[in-house]
Amino acid sequence: MQRKTKVNAEDGKQELSISREFDLPLELLFKAHIEPTMVEQWMGTKVLNLESRKHGGYQFETADPQGNVIFRAHGVIHELSPNRKIVRTFEMENTPFGVQIEFYDFEKLTEDTSRLNMHVIFESVAQRDQLLKLPFAQGLNMAHDRIQDIVNKLR
Amino acid sequence: MNLRRDVYQAIADPTRRAILLLVSSHAMTAGAIASNFDTARPTVSKHLQILAECDLLEQEQNGREIFYHLNPRKMKEIAEFIEPFRKLWDDRFHKLEAVMKKYKSRK
Repeated sequence: MQRKTKVNAEDGKQELSISREFDLPLELLFKAHIEPTMVEQWMGTKVLNLESRKHGGYQFETADPQGNVIFRAHGVIHELSPNRKIVRTFEMENTPFGVQIEFYDFEKLTEDTSRLNMHVIFESVAQRDQLLKLPFAQGLNMAHDRIQDIVNKLR
Repeated sequence: MNLRRDVYQAIADPTRRAILLLVSSHAMTAGAIASNFDTARPTVSKHLQILAECDLLEQEQNGREIFYHLNPRKMKEIAEFIEPFRKLWDDRFHKLEAVMKKYKSRK
């Protein structure tokens, strides 16, 4: 059975939340977020640096086949509690979206399943909406009706 | 030969997606856009031409300069585009599951 990513972005708020259940034990879901080689594999980006600890930082970069950098992001880890929580900043370089604060909550469901709840806070409503207006910006699995709302506002 | 342009083709290219991201906040000249890439200027111009042909970008003359900005109406039309990109994240998460399951079985 396919598990679905849920995204919630209420009108007029500078935040959004993302949640998904995984067919993985909690420990493995967490590990997928802190081990550079694993992050690289599922994020599809090069991990230049990832210090998975409090006060650590990270840097991701993706280049096209010609070697041009098309995506670069970085941030600082504010809190990292194994199998529980990651709090970090995220900033995509050369975009208008500003710095975001991301709260990752890892939750055990059963011995073999777990859930990730992400809470992302933007500096402003406008920045969040700008990101949401670009359906392809992040490839987030957004509820289609939410997209419809935003699109309606564009008219 | 000029292939018929379609928007799917237009946004399939990572550089063109990056261009759309860039101009999402404010209108920019071709030069300003090109300065964000290491790619040769004519290559960027080609990308802009394709995006403009697909109506994803609109051109506006301001004095001697041409500014490019997003076409919100076309963005509306491509709202369905959320599906491929929605899928992209789903695929990513599926990959996460696959990577970690493989790792688990190796232990």
